[in-house]
Amino acid sequence: MADGCVTGTCRPTRSKTHLSRLCPSLLALLAFTLTSCSGNHSALDPAGPEAANVAQLFFVMLVGGAVIWLGLVAALIYAARKKREHSEESAGRVILWGGAIIPTIILCALLSYGMWLMPAIRPWIPDDQQVRRIEVTGEQFWWRVRYLDETGKTMFETANEVRIPVGQPAHFSLKAADVIHSFWVPSLGGKMDMIPGRTNPLTLTADREGIYRGVCAEFCGESHALMAFTVRAVSPEEHEAWLAERRASGSQEAEGLAVFLNNGCGACHTISGTAANGRIGPDLTAFGERATLAAGTLPHTAEDIARFVAYPGEIKPGVKMPHFGMLPEDDIKTIAVFLKELK
Amino acid sequence: MKSFIPREVESLWTLFTAPTVWAVHFIGCYATVAIYCAKAASLDFDFATVRLLLAGFTVVALAVIVLSAWLAWRQWGFGVHDPPHDEPTRKGRTLFQGYATLLLSGLSFVAVIYAAIPLIFIAECQR
Repeated sequence: MADGCVTGTCRPTRSKTHLSRLCPSLLALLAFTLTSCSGNHSALDPAGPEAANVAQLFFVMLVGGAVIWLGLVAALIYAARKKREHSEESAGRVILWGGAIIPTIILCALLSYGMWLMPAIRPWIPDDQQVRRIEVTGEQFWWRVRYLDETGKTMFETANEVRIPVGQPAHFSLKAADVIHSFWVPSLGGKMDMIPGRTNPLTLTADREGIYRGVCAEFCGESHALMAFTVRAVSPEEHEAWLAERRASGSQEAEGLAVFLNNGCGACHTISGTAANGRIGPDLTAFGERATLAAGTLPHTAEDIARFVAYPGEIKPGVKMPHFGMLPEDDIKTIAVFLKELK
Repeated sequence: MKSFIPREVESLWTLFTAPTVWAVHFIGCYATVAIYCAKAASLDFDFATVRLLLAGFTVVALAVIVLSAWLAWRQWGFGVHDPPHDEPTRKGRTLFQGYATLLLSGLSFVAVIYAAIPLIFIAECQR
C-alpha cells in the first residue's frame, strides 16, 4: 500500500491533511494581525529611544511569559498522560520549587530588569537644561498645547497638535483642567497621567520624521475615545522656522473672519492677531496646518469642519461647544473654508 | 547564664512578627526617601548616605525575620512533625502556629528583599 492506508482508519494522514488545510488559514490570520504592529500608532513600531525600550520590555516579557507557559503546559501534559505514582515528599518538592522558589527568582529578576530599564524609559531632564519645553493640558475632550520659552513663559498656544524637533528630547509638562486624562504617544514612549492640581513631567524623543498619533489613555468622559492628537516630528531647522513664524503675531484679514467674529466664535476660541481671544475652547491659530479636526476625530476637510460647527455634540458627545446649525448655511460654509485655509 | 533567646510562648504575636517587620521596613524606606528628597536642600548629607542607612536597616530587618523564623522552626519542632497539624489539641495548635509562622517569615524575607531592590538602582532624587 503506497500511501499506507485504504480502510479509512489512517488517522495520521487525515490529521496531516487537516493540518495542511488549516496552516495557510492560520498563517493568513496571523499575518492579518501582524499588520497592526506597524504604523504611526503602535508601541511595537518605535520611533524613538523611550518607545524602543518599552518595546524591548514588552518582548522580554512576551518571551519570558511564553517560556513559563510552555513549561506549565509540558507539566500539565506530563501529569495528564498517565496515572503515575508519586510520593507525598516528591509532590511537596514540586510545590516548593515550582510554586515558591522558582517564581520568587523569576519575579526578582523581572523586578530588577524593570528597575534597571526605568531611567531609559523615563529620562530625566533637569530644569536648567536647554530643551524644547511644551506644556500640555488635558481638557474634556481636547488638548491645550503651550510652547514655553527658556524662562518657562508661554510663547504661544495651540491645540490638538504638537510639533517636536527630530533627534532632540522634548520635555512635556502635563496638566489636567477638569478630570484625570493620560497622555500617550505609543510610537514615542510610555503613557503619563495628567492629574488636576499636579504637573507630571515626561520626556519624548523622536528619531525619525513623521506624524504620530497620540491618545488619551485614561477614561475621561463620554467622548474619551474621541480625544486624540497629532505629533509632528520635523527637522530641527524646520521646527525653529515654524516656532519663529508662530511667535511673530500675524494679522488675519479674510472675508471669513468677519463671519467668524460676528457669530460669536471668538468668545471661546483664540486666533492670534485678531479680536478672537476666547479661552474656553481650543486655540485655532494656524488651524489650517493641522492634520485632523476635533482632537483626532475627523479628517481635516472643509465639509467636516462645517459638519462639526453645525452639530458638534453629534460628533463628540458631551462636548461643551453648542450647536450652530441654526446659522445660515452660507455662513457655516464660509467659516469652514476660512478655518481650513487659516495659516 | 541567662539566654537572650526568648522562651517559647503561646501568643499570636510570634505569628505577626515577620509581617510586621516587613511593614515597618516598607514604610520606613518609602518615608525616609520621600522626606529626604523633599528636604534635600536643607540637609547636609547626600543620597548615598540615605541608601547606606536603608541598606543597614534592611540587614537589621532581615536578621529579625531570620530570628523569627528560627523561633518558629523551634516551635514547629525543627521539622520533625509533618503538616497539616489539624488535631484539636494544644500540641496541634502550637505546631500549626509554628509552621504558619515559618512560612510567613519566608514570605516576609522575600518581600523585604523586593522592597530593597530599588535601593540598588535609584541613585538620586529627581525634581
